[in-house]
Amino acid sequence: MVTNTMTNILLAGVGGQGILLASEVLSEVLMQAGFDVKKNEIHGMSQRGGSVVSHVRFGETVYSPIIPEGETDILFGFELMETYRYLPLLRKEGRVIANQLKIMPPSVATGLERYPDKLEERIAQLVPGARIVDGMRLALEAGDARTVNTGLLGVLSTLLEVDEPLWRQALEKMVPAKALAANLKAFELGRDS
Amino acid sequence: MSRAILSGNEAIARGAFEAGVRAAVAYPGTPSTEILENTSQYPSINSSWAPNEKVALEVGIGSCFGGARSLVTMKHVGLNVAADPLFTLSYTGVRGGLVLAVADDPEMHSSQNEQDSRHFARAAKVPMFEPADSQEALTFTRLAFEASEQFDTPILLRTTTRIAHSKSIVELGEPVTDLPAPSLQKNPPKFVMLPGNARKRHVFVEQRLRDMAEWAASQPFNRIEDRSADVGVITSGVAYQYAREVLPEASVLKLGLVYPLPVSLVQEFAARFKTLYVIEELEPFIEDQVKALGFDVIGKQKLSLCGELTPGRLRQGLLDESTAPAFSPDADLPNRPPNMCPGCPHRGVFYALNRLKAFVTGDIGCYTLGFMPPLSAMDSCVCMGASVGNAAGLNKVLGEDEKQKVVGVIGDSTFLHTGINGLMDMVYNGSTATLVILDNRITAMTGRQENPASGFTLAGIESPVVNLEQLCRSVGVEHVRTVDPWDLETTRQVIAEEMERPAPSVVIARGPCVLIKRDVGQRKPALVIDPNKCTGCKACLKIGCPAIEWQPDAGERGQALVNPLLCVGCGICDQLCKFDAFSSCAAGEGK
Repeated sequence: MVTNTMTNILLAGVGGQGILLASEVLSEVLMQAGFDVKKNEIHGMSQRGGSVVSHVRFGETVYSPIIPEGETDILFGFELMETYRYLPLLRKEGRVIANQLKIMPPSVATGLERYPDKLEERIAQLVPGARIVDGMRLALEAGDARTVNTGLLGVLSTLLEVDEPLWRQALEKMVPAKALAANLKAFELGRDS
Repeated sequence: MSRAILSGNEAIARGAFEAGVRAAVAYPGTPSTEILENTSQYPSINSSWAPNEKVALEVGIGSCFGGARSLVTMKHVGLNVAADPLFTLSYTGVRGGLVLAVADDPEMHSSQNEQDSRHFARAAKVPMFEPADSQEALTFTRLAFEASEQFDTPILLRTTTRIAHSKSIVELGEPVTDLPAPSLQKNPPKFVMLPGNARKRHVFVEQRLRDMAEWAASQPFNRIEDRSADVGVITSGVAYQYAREVLPEASVLKLGLVYPLPVSLVQEFAARFKTLYVIEELEPFIEDQVKALGFDVIGKQKLSLCGELTPGRLRQGLLDESTAPAFSPDADLPNRPPNMCPGCPHRGVFYALNRLKAFVTGDIGCYTLGFMPPLSAMDSCVCMGASVGNAAGLNKVLGEDEKQKVVGVIGDSTFLHTGINGLMDMVYNGSTATLVILDNRITAMTGRQENPASGFTLAGIESPVVNLEQLCRSVGVEHVRTVDPWDLETTRQVIAEEMERPAPSVVIARGPCVLIKRDVGQRKPALVIDPNKCTGCKACLKIGCPAIEWQPDAGERGQALVNPLLCVGCGICDQLCKFDAFSSCAAGEGK
């Protein structure tokens, strides 16, 4: 469990992976749990497959909307290489939850560079206790491939001292009705995994 | 009162609603765009996209002269376009309150420069508020409308990317209800800025700034937080948050109004400290003014003029403390820059321009990504609309052999913003340059906003569509041709013919953005590559489509693979394959 007075979560991945919705749900839950919350991400071009990060900070009083360098408590990665890329922002005793998906960047897709080898092993070696999760398996088991982000949130929820009903309420408030059942299921699967 | 977690942009929209704003006008621009997308959710606000920022401000001024509270929003470079009306609006003052929200982009996350809009406040003699979080974004918006009417002045509300796009908790208030109804009211000495009237108004403007500086010294938005007796900080905006993070013990003068400076308050605060910092992003705007009052301050001698601040950069700059990362990845990772989407109509045009070895004067939009390899077909990009004038200027000075290589490339929304003026110059002054209008039926880069050529308003109501062909012909372009940009050979052929032609010409490459939701019908089944036919020649990789992935270990020398989750079946790759390896994966549609 993360119990610092100030907790910093960095979400990292690729445009289009649902990072924005995940950080919205997370922020809503933390606000309802009584914390001060700030979140920030750079958007405007990221829908075109670029690298995306979202900073979520909560505690008694949050000042900076971006996480000070080297003070990330939880690196929450939606794609392997993006998780690896942002390891330098992680605190020494920080935690990692990473989706095992690989998405090829343009230079790799066009054959100019190779996707780095053995990232799962390298992350696990650098950060003892890092959790590498098969987000797509959770989503498919929940019945909708688009619920990877919610499944991963379920995994993240096990590291945060927040009552479970708040997660359910936030999902009910923020996920479109027709996708809600699958998202709730994916969240449960992630939380129990 | 209820609480919500809002972005700075959402909070400004909410503040406008609570302030009783009736008209909100903008041209989209990151990071300001979402303000209007949110005001449009309030039925009491007439929200609209204008063709450019100058028109947006002029529309806002009209509503304000009618007695309505009006909000106008834009990004920092948009304020350059709107500067002309702004400087004279400063003289006329207002009837209904007018607030111009301008969003700066330190670090240039999505911009071509990182100019500091605070200089506009001083240059135009217009007061400027700067919020430090979403609560202040809401509160200051309300305050700005009150101050606008109280002091008879437009007000600038400046944000930066980290305020506009950060979310934090706000208390929502009730909207004001006792505002007068808009009406016509003649007042030529105030609103007709001929020299005789303007000279009197300039005297008023100077007095107004003095009055506001005095007023601002006793207002709660400029506040002193007493802590350390030795170290003081003067700051505003998001820099305040970083200062609290890095110097938690320092006393702080937090400015909510960054222009005009509350001189007496600054003097009172600054005189107390042995060590006085001014912490601000970009320009030494506050620092220079505090120094001019005779105080020694530490600011830009320690902090960069370039880029945004972060807590780490502040710590490093002021305290010379750096934190070595606890984890250092052991590899140079491939970058992941933004890319044109699979199926993007721009891709085929840039592939053609690359093959034709054109010198491409570019413009502002998604298509600026045509600069990226492997398309690599953009040679200049300056500002909105510049592609047209730049092409005309090159055409003026180059020899016959080179001038036909010059092609301007501009999007539909950018063309209507300020490109059309350049086209008139091309025709009027006898240029023989070629202009390609990439007409994807939307303002795509900022997140698919409507424009005068898209057929819909911000409110989603159908509107007349600007006919680009007729518009170009009407300014005197005789050679206007329209192509389907997904037809590679025809597109290349038509652009080549128009480049050759010793006359001004326009090629309209018309294909809707694949992300426009109402046009999902254009999506076709994904293609598949037959591994028995793919020879690994890499021809299909030359278009840089994110849906085609190179598999270095497949086949004899590697093979291409289509990602079925990304492919929208546009078929450009199919036209490049000499080995007939692509086919549609839809049942019964295989070759």
